[in-house]
Amino acid sequence: MAPILVARHVTKRFGGLVAVNDLDFEIEEHAIASVIGPNGAGKTTFFNCITGFYVPEEGTIEFEGKEIQGLRPDKITTMGIARTYQNIRLFGKMSAIENVMVGMHPRLSLHWWDAIVHTPAFIRQEKKVLRRAWELLDYIGLAEWANHQANSLPYGAQRRLEIARALASEPKLLLLDEPTAGMNPQETAEMIAFIRQLRDDWNLTILLIEHDMKVVMTISEKITVLDFGTKIAEGKPEEIQRNPRVIEAYLGRGAASGLSTAEATAPAA
Amino acid sequence: MQNATIWRSTVKAGLLTGVIAIYIALTGMVLSLSQRPVIGKLSLGHVVYMLVFAGMGYIVARRHVGKTQRALVPVHGALVGGLGAALLALLPIVGRKIDLAWMFVTAKPNLYKFLLFNQESTALGIGYLILTGAALGAATATLPVLPPVLHQALLGGASTTLLMGVLAELVQRTILKKALGPLFAYKGLKPWGAAVLFVALSVLFGLYAWWRQNHPQAQRSVPLETGPEPAWKRSLKLGLLLLLLLILPIWLLSKDTYLNSVLNLVGLYVIMGLGLNIVVGFAGLLDLGYVAFFAIGAYTVALMTSLGPLGMGYSFWQALPVAIVFALSAGVILGVPVLRMRGDYLAIVTLGFGEIIRILANSDWLKPFMGGALGVLDIPKPEIFGRVLKEEYQLYYLILAGILLTWFIASRLYHSRVGRAWQALREDEDVAEAMGIHLVTTKLLAFGFGAAFSGLSGAIFAAKVGSVYPHTFNLIISINVLSLIIVGGIGSLPGVVVGALALVGLPELLREFSEYRMLFYGIALIAMMLVKPEGFWPKRLNVYARPDESAPETAQ
Repeated sequence: MAPILVARHVTKRFGGLVAVNDLDFEIEEHAIASVIGPNGAGKTTFFNCITGFYVPEEGTIEFEGKEIQGLRPDKITTMGIARTYQNIRLFGKMSAIENVMVGMHPRLSLHWWDAIVHTPAFIRQEKKVLRRAWELLDYIGLAEWANHQANSLPYGAQRRLEIARALASEPKLLLLDEPTAGMNPQETAEMIAFIRQLRDDWNLTILLIEHDMKVVMTISEKITVLDFGTKIAEGKPEEIQRNPRVIEAYLGRGAASGLSTAEATAPAA
Repeated sequence: MQNATIWRSTVKAGLLTGVIAIYIALTGMVLSLSQRPVIGKLSLGHVVYMLVFAGMGYIVARRHVGKTQRALVPVHGALVGGLGAALLALLPIVGRKIDLAWMFVTAKPNLYKFLLFNQESTALGIGYLILTGAALGAATATLPVLPPVLHQALLGGASTTLLMGVLAELVQRTILKKALGPLFAYKGLKPWGAAVLFVALSVLFGLYAWWRQNHPQAQRSVPLETGPEPAWKRSLKLGLLLLLLLILPIWLLSKDTYLNSVLNLVGLYVIMGLGLNIVVGFAGLLDLGYVAFFAIGAYTVALMTSLGPLGMGYSFWQALPVAIVFALSAGVILGVPVLRMRGDYLAIVTLGFGEIIRILANSDWLKPFMGGALGVLDIPKPEIFGRVLKEEYQLYYLILAGILLTWFIASRLYHSRVGRAWQALREDEDVAEAMGIHLVTTKLLAFGFGAAFSGLSGAIFAAKVGSVYPHTFNLIISINVLSLIIVGGIGSLPGVVVGALALVGLPELLREFSEYRMLFYGIALIAMMLVKPEGFWPKRLNVYARPDESAPETAQ
């Protein structure tokens, strides 16, 4: 299948610090892939480059064949990329259902004058918004929380609500930043199943940042490992598990030399 | 052990009571208000410091109920009031020995004489003062021990009677005069009138409390449980409210010029408040230069309609849309440079903008066009269907129409894609942008609507007052509007009205307090932030019902 997102030679610097260094990256349509790496490896910075929060100094990012680096975040979302955040960033004082309705924003077209006059088109569209918001809440199992303030929801529910809000914008590519952070093993297992379900139900491509190795190894079809902003390995989960450079990055040099039987399978990309 | 802490907290409260009472006495409020009778010989000066004893006794009692024996609660109240009064009594004792007037200009013999109830003997005066304090503290502290219905009846009756006494002059200007006239003296309530009023009001409050107790579902319930109100009930309520608003100036206020002018001022602030509420309450953009748009609206109408040398001789109705468009454009123009600013930076820049407009209007440079410090005079009153709206009660309807229009627009926008985008912007600008919201248009829409409402208010203001001067458009107006939004409940439309009544209407009616207006403003705002930070009428979450699936589907 064709890659949906292609990044070439992406470099992002903050002053003297190179957060992302000459990164090449691809993700196939309908795939689930992960970006992993130690703290400060540049994973979230890379996400921010994709979604338009940051403009990379060098390199190109193509989404469905169109260059998106340097575009405004709202433009990029409208093109079909949605994301969630490492530290949940819901619209806390709005209700759960309103959060989802905000998510639909790029798919709605009517303006303030329609809202003041209540044109027939406006009433139709608002009805549709409401119906779809309820459908989404039903889908993620949060219908009972619909009219509750978002920041009053339990932790796990807030994570799922963030995903529902992202889905509301009808994305083709969904970026999940540590979706299982702070969850217990049972919740984590549910989230893994849920992410797979998502991909199939919505025909999505999903890219994750994840710290939990169990999650990464279970769910990913391809893993990209970053360390100090540079890609040090890429491949299938079993290849990454045996890669000495990855082990070194995570556990230190001594640990890697102890595992000298492992063969270096990382392609140099 | 437990008991000791309770007594200690009572003593602390008593000391605090004393400090507050002394503070109030030293601000000069007590003496300057002593000429204004409230009930019989009891003056407003008495009321202000006695309220401290009564209020603190009540607060302490409410805290203590359930923690100590019921019978002891009034004793705690008496201690709070008595201790407070004893501390207050120190003021005349010390003051007569040492001259305090070099530091506190009001600490003079006539204040001491007043505090000691004009008694010749100091000891007797102090005795009376402490007894009064203790009695008041004990009386209000008894309330929370009583059955709830009785508690509410007495509290409601007493406070409303007192309020009637304070506002006696105003009550007599309204329709209430016909019914209650004999109870009032020239100023204040007659003592027997107060007694009658107290009994009658207590019965009314008691009945209401009793009814509420037996109809718990009538209490403000969580909308989640009851769901949205049925449409007929909503329409009925709205209809009654509208009827009340229509008869308010001519019937309830008996066409009284003074009361209606206060009401109109409140109305103009409501329009401004509804506008600023879009900017600050909905979209979370802190704008401190809001008065600029009010000034632009007012000057546009003034210059277009004035009959004086600066005027162009257009009618109010020709000038009004121009004023709104000018204000709106100014809002958008101001919006562009501040798009990337947030929070404090935005506040400072808008503050500067507000000052620029005022200074421009005041400048010699623009004097040939705008009149400089002398302002623009001879602005004709608006005319409608050949009738000139020259009386305050007639102008009221123009302002009411403005409020209804702005309210309608604000509410419609709030419940739409734009309104949701504003709220998202307020909650988290970055995430809002990542949700596909175009920040530039969304922010400019908020600035534009806010400015347009303010311009409308300013346009009516110019026609109502008949003259505009640059010094009217002070920073204090921006601060007033912001304060009333916060006190009412940020983001809440009814809150704007409540806030305007409380912060604009009430101080205007209590003219005696005008010297201390800023003091009360400060106290009210601090108390509000501590006790009820969400405002008097907080914004409630919208409740979205599941759409009725059985309803026939409309074509899409």
